Amino acid sequence: MTERNLLFGPEDDVSRDSGYDEHPPRVGFFTDTSVCIGCKACEVACKEWNHVPEDGLDLLGMSMDNTGMLGANSWRHVAFVEQRRPAGQEGGWSLPDEMTAQVEPRLRAAPRGGSELGTTPLPSPGSGAVQDLGMPTFSRPGDGTGAEARTDFRWLMESDVCKHCTHAGCLDVCPTGALFRTEFGTVVVQQDICNGCGYCVSGCPYGVIDRRPGDGRANKCTLCYDRLHDGLEPACAKACPTQSIQFGELDELRERADRRLAELHGQGVAEAELYGRDPDDGVGGHGALFLLLDKPEVYGLPPDPVVPTRFAPEIWRRVGTAAAAFAVAGIGAFVSAAFGNRR
Amino acid sequence: MNGDHSPAHGPRRAVAEVAGQPPGDVASYYGRPVLKTPVWEWKVAAYLFTGGLAAGTAVIAAGADLTGAARLRRACWLGSLGALLASLVLLVADLGRPERFHHMLRVAKPTSPMSVGTWILSAFGPGVGAAAIWEMVPVRWRSSWPARLLRAVSRGLGLASAATAPGVATYTAALLSHTAVPGWQEVRAELPFVFAGSAAASGGGFGMLAAPVLEAAPARRFAALGATGELVASRLMEQRMGLIREVYHQGAAGRRRRGAELLTLAGLAGTVLVAGRSRAGAAASGLALLGGSALQRFGVFEAGVASTKDPRYTVVPQRERLDAAARDRSAVTG
Ligand code: SF4
Ligand code: SF4
Repeated sequence: MTERNLLFGPEDDVSRDSGYDEHPPRVGFFTDTSVCIGCKACEVACKEWNHVPEDGLDLLGMSMDNTGMLGANSWRHVAFVEQRRPAGQEGGWSLPDEMTAQVEPRLRAAPRGGSELGTTPLPSPGSGAVQDLGMPTFSRPGDGTGAEARTDFRWLMESDVCKHCTHAGCLDVCPTGALFRTEFGTVVVQQDICNGCGYCVSGCPYGVIDRRPGDGRANKCTLCYDRLHDGLEPACAKACPTQSIQFGELDELRERADRRLAELHGQGVAEAELYGRDPDDGVGGHGALFLLLDKPEVYGLPPDPVVPTRFAPEIWRRVGTAAAAFAVAGIGAFVSAAFGNRR
Repeated sequence: MNGDHSPAHGPRRAVAEVAGQPPGDVASYYGRPVLKTPVWEWKVAAYLFTGGLAAGTAVIAAGADLTGAARLRRACWLGSLGALLASLVLLVADLGRPERFHHMLRVAKPTSPMSVGTWILSAFGPGVGAAAIWEMVPVRWRSSWPARLLRAVSRGLGLASAATAPGVATYTAALLSHTAVPGWQEVRAELPFVFAGSAAASGGGFGMLAAPVLEAAPARRFAALGATGELVASRLMEQRMGLIREVYHQGAAGRRRRGAELLTLAGLAGTVLVAGRSRAGAAASGLALLGGSALQRFGVFEAGVASTKDPRYTVVPQRERLDAAARDRSAVTG
């Protein structure tokens, strides 16, 4: 298993290793968040093309983000992060605590801790309660507090999507074969097969895939499998007005991402980093790469996700040992009986 | 896994110490979880218990068959079938599309513990059913030739089932650990032993509850071994936990795990001290062991669910790993 790392690690040709002898090149997305303007055209185009039902009309108080997370009914999700730092300082951007404090109680009160976002709306707070959405006022920053307390401000936007992992946790654990690797190297759920067991929901280290309430089956981005067959690019990439979402062959996208990163670093944007570019990472690299302007966790992404399958050999070794101990205990309980003892 | 964490001392401070950041200052997206909380409901937690019980009782029933303890055998085959039927109902009911349960049988996938489990259960179930059916044949018909034929066949099938029981008792640990859920993944080394012990304790407990004291000695020994194994493995698991120890201590999960330990300890003491002498003592000890086993399963299940609701349990260990790798790299190059 040098170049064919079936459980984890880099893999040159995912489609071949899934049984396609002849296949088109692996495709994916490069989402360059540095040019995202937060228009949500991708979210809308995806819903329209794929007939994705609404995920609940909700005002979340997460800046302009009222989707909240990827989920069964949100296959693209635009994250908005409002950050500030003391004026004139280098680095050290942070989300204002008061914003998080506004949002957190509602997340905590939700039955699924807020991970229902992108699938169903959060339960609404007690009727009549006024919700502070942290909207800006018309006074200038620092007017009330004096010039020293003024802050710099920046607004990060990122259109998130299923990563179409090289080693996809969702696909590995699916017991029905509903989730499969396409000839394009993408990961898709077959709706006529899925029986809604929900294993994929816990197998995905990114919190992407979810079960659709009322329907009972798992849903996520298909990378517009139907459009790919017709030689079209996915709806989100087509709709993106700034080319923040770029579609193409993965090898080419990786080069493009490297060039863009070098360009930004050259311009002094030292905090720019690629996410999912490295084939040596915990999932063998993404099919959908990102250029981020802060740490992944700031956007709600796991910083170093690992496909659960990586632990499979270790897990089954331990299970095997425990099963043997169980069997020995069972035999032992009777062997002493056979030798006629008192108790 | 365990080397990834330093021990957690308190809810917020732990994070600060682990991540080397000011208290509570773990970057997140408005505190929203990174992972999806499992869509599995209480039915899956209940199945962890009933599946273990079916396996534990099958082992005792087979042993009783081989050693000629007829009443223990009868009680345990019937108990095993009951637990197995409950398991199937629970598993199918938890599906989003229950009418498609048979899609599980489309493929055999070694990377999916749920697929592996489906096939283990498929190997386990029929023999338990056959053995239990024979136990239901009225005594006055048992000497007829069809009944004798049934006995011969069902005995073989039942014994073969018991051979797969260790798999039934332990694969559920892989089912939970083979996920991105921090509270389940990070206990992957110990969970199989906790579940194996829990299954043996519940199976033995059932035998003590349902069979006369004279015949139940092997059930008592199996229960005592299982309960001891579960208690030790569970303690060890807790000792080795990093940040996720919080979810195993707090809230409903913490209460259930403490209850499980108390009941299992009490059941173990009863098994060793009184269950060999009094039927009432045996029944009480058996019930305590069954209760302890069920609480253990619910505790572990709920701890995992809780660990997905807070981004810290996902982010902190991963960030720590990245920072450590970066330090290693700079130590090499610098
Ligand atoms: S594991 Fe998650 S991110 Fe990766 S392909 Fe599956 S749903 Fe997408
Ligand atoms: S819910 Fe559907 S897609 Fe997900 S693992 Fe189960 S069968 Fe596969």
